[in-house]
Amino acid sequence: MSTHNENPSGDEHAIVPHGDHSLAPADPIADPGLHHDEPRLTDVEPKAERRAERQVAGMFALASLLTVAFIVFYVVVGIHPDDPHDGVDVGDVQVSNLTLGLTLGLALFLVGAGAVQWARSLMTSPEVVHERHELRSDDETRAATLNDFETGTEETGFGRRKLIRNSLLGALALLPLPAVILLRDLGPNTGGTPAQRKEHTIWAEGVRVLTDVTFMPIRAADLEIGQLVNAMPATFEELPEHGPERINERAKSPVMLVRMLPEDLHIAEGRENWGVDGILAYSKICTHVGCPISLYEQTTHHMLCPCHQSTFDLSDNGKVIFGPAARSLPQLPIAVDSEGYLVAQSDFTEPVGPSYWERTR
Amino acid sequence: MSSIVNGAGKVVDFVDQRITASNWLKRNIRKVFPDHWSFLLGEIALFSFIMILLSGVFLTLWFKPSMAHIAYEGAYLPMRDVGMSEAYATTLELSFEVRGGLLMRQVHHWGALIFLAAMSAHMLRVFFTGAFRKPREINWLIGVTLLVLGVAAGFTGYSLPDDLLSGTGLRIIEGGMLAIPIIGTYASSFLFGGEYPGDDIIARLYPMHILLIPGLILALVTAHLMILWYQKHTHWGGPGKTNHNVAGAPFYPIYVAKAGGFQFIVMGVIVLLAATIQINPVWLWGPYDPSVVSAGTQPDWYVGFLDGALRVMPAWEFYVFDHPVSLSVLIPAILLPGIILTPLALYPWLEQKATGDTREHHLLDRPRNVPVRTGIGVAFIVFYVLLWIAGGNDFFATILEIPVNWITWFIRIGIFVLPPLAFIATKRICLGLQRRDRDKVMHGRETGIVMVSPDGEFSELHAPLTQSQAYELTWHERQLPSDPGPATDANGIPNPNYRSKRVQARLSRFYFGDVVQKPTVEELEAAHHNGHGSDSAHRDELPSGQQ
Repeated sequence: MSTHNENPSGDEHAIVPHGDHSLAPADPIADPGLHHDEPRLTDVEPKAERRAERQVAGMFALASLLTVAFIVFYVVVGIHPDDPHDGVDVGDVQVSNLTLGLTLGLALFLVGAGAVQWARSLMTSPEVVHERHELRSDDETRAATLNDFETGTEETGFGRRKLIRNSLLGALALLPLPAVILLRDLGPNTGGTPAQRKEHTIWAEGVRVLTDVTFMPIRAADLEIGQLVNAMPATFEELPEHGPERINERAKSPVMLVRMLPEDLHIAEGRENWGVDGILAYSKICTHVGCPISLYEQTTHHMLCPCHQSTFDLSDNGKVIFGPAARSLPQLPIAVDSEGYLVAQSDFTEPVGPSYWERTR
Repeated sequence: MSSIVNGAGKVVDFVDQRITASNWLKRNIRKVFPDHWSFLLGEIALFSFIMILLSGVFLTLWFKPSMAHIAYEGAYLPMRDVGMSEAYATTLELSFEVRGGLLMRQVHHWGALIFLAAMSAHMLRVFFTGAFRKPREINWLIGVTLLVLGVAAGFTGYSLPDDLLSGTGLRIIEGGMLAIPIIGTYASSFLFGGEYPGDDIIARLYPMHILLIPGLILALVTAHLMILWYQKHTHWGGPGKTNHNVAGAPFYPIYVAKAGGFQFIVMGVIVLLAATIQINPVWLWGPYDPSVVSAGTQPDWYVGFLDGALRVMPAWEFYVFDHPVSLSVLIPAILLPGIILTPLALYPWLEQKATGDTREHHLLDRPRNVPVRTGIGVAFIVFYVLLWIAGGNDFFATILEIPVNWITWFIRIGIFVLPPLAFIATKRICLGLQRRDRDKVMHGRETGIVMVSPDGEFSELHAPLTQSQAYELTWHERQLPSDPGPATDANGIPNPNYRSKRVQARLSRFYFGDVVQKPTVEELEAAHHNGHGSDSAHRDELPSGQQ
């Protein structure tokens, strides 16, 4: 390939190094100048050229075939069951995904590979060298531009007419306010401040503790030593099916019931009667950033959050023993009602979940 | 053939008569594009973004961004009658009731992972080769912004299907917002429309994900490419390739064919990945339930470092006037992105401060020739990778069969110790490579031929380099630390600028004080005339005819 200097003009604007790098010693090796690539096999060998041509055309032809195959597979590989009562066969979906994807993917790839091969082996463009020019405008243009700008500013009298300028700046400074105010109703207007809404759950005195999966009430005797059960308040069942309330409580109210040997427990002062026969209830919501905690190690009574590995000791008032959480898991005081079922003594005595500015110690 | 030319000619004629197109085309149709594999990384980012746009439009035709609660009646039997949001139900519909829907979902997700990976790799390429230097600082800033927007696009998209994983990700976002002092609960309440999770968030993320963020990305990509086009691409130095020219293939036809072809190759590879490697099978995770999470939850790779920072942060919390300030969340979730992005965005100016260099640079640096910059880059990579490992600490604990707490402690200490070590090691390696280049230029390459002299001395023959080979190793600019000059002038008057000049000189020494300089003309001549020169004992040179 030969070298064409297609843009030899304008050397007066070429980049000239400046700064004190001129003090540096001269370069040891002179620039030998652009060396020219050897001719490609396809440039000198007609057979190689024809072979390359066949390769490129072959790839494009194969791409066409694959595109047709894509359409065929779209029609042939069904995923819809004949009877809508029957479900979809996930295997059918995967066959459809594989056949459609392979044909389309290979077709795209071959079109691309063909184009690149065409450019590399058959297109005859020479290597081109263009001069670069310093990007800044020449001094004359810069001065003229600055002058135009100053003239314009002078013509408005922006600098002199302070009353107009200041009243305009004031008006413009206020105009973003409506845009901000309009966003106010993104959050609710009732139910107190966001922090107040965080202080309560639907747990209350006498609310039964239901198992999470079957929503059955639990007797103390149902729990064996070492067993852990996920639970929800009975009031959850009464929440409406639609609307955010139900899922919001799902994010706040879940507890874990765990039964330990009473002699293993280190119960803090004031919590002596918060449990029933070694059964304690803790919030399931991690105090770090709110993941539901779920990995319980029976022998150590350690509870690990799978998101960020905060570890809590359930035998020691939910105290943090490792990880990024800074506060203990809130404990729900429980008791037994007249029928022998576990119930809450009250709501949680502190907000559940992560720390936030308004909460107190 | 002639009809095509006629067709194209007619179009050019039509446009030219209306907007003088020929004038612009004449200057640009043969524009030079230099070739190097590392220049393709940015192209991968661009082409995968186009694939994301195409597949994303397809997905919007079925997906309903609604959190309305419904009982599933679709074709996927294991979920029949399960309560879920419409968003999750339509994601299942796309997967199981639309032919090619699963493929397009997987194309979209794979495309996003590749988009962010390619942007990151492209940015590292630009950093390590100094392509961010004047006059390309604006494009560097646009690039950093694009990376942030890319993560935002990825995260909002990850949240839309309303499956178990996406909901857990949002919960962590909520926890992070709550840690912001004073306004935390309000910010969260406005985002979620009340308490977490509410039933607004998906409808609110949707316009961000399909309109606002991609619109901004598209606009910035356009600006990025227009500036690139106007400034002409950087290139590597070499014989005939200087700071004042650009050498390569013409835009039309070579670059059009190669880049256009590469577009199809990238698209093809993404579709093949989507066809063969399952990604995020949301039907297995189930609909979002805030009281459930599975072990081993992982975000997409580009969020991993933030999740890792959350995992390894110690449980620091203190009180300001009885208000908790949760540093254990605030630092990793809110402050860390700023701590990383600010120096990243400002780096071109920081380096300019150190070098005092305000000239235009169009030749790329070989990473070894700027050891300090390369060291900083590698230290950053180590820092990032450590946080990324922390994000999978449970995964690595399982593989290595060690307690997860050990990994957490290793990262807590390593995050401060390992990046400086990586800096020092990288800088040393670069200096070693520079020294080898210098040796090669002065004494030629090692031939592997060992000679025994008559008095029994063994030595290896060195073959001199050709002028081109030697020039390849010496075209770079000689970088000398700047000299602050005297503190006082000849009359003993203190130089008012001396203090700032001394700071600049110190930074400059930090950057260039240890650089191994390429030989001077005199050094080279001395080496050639004296094969047994002072720093080249026991070396013989092969006569050039014998190599």
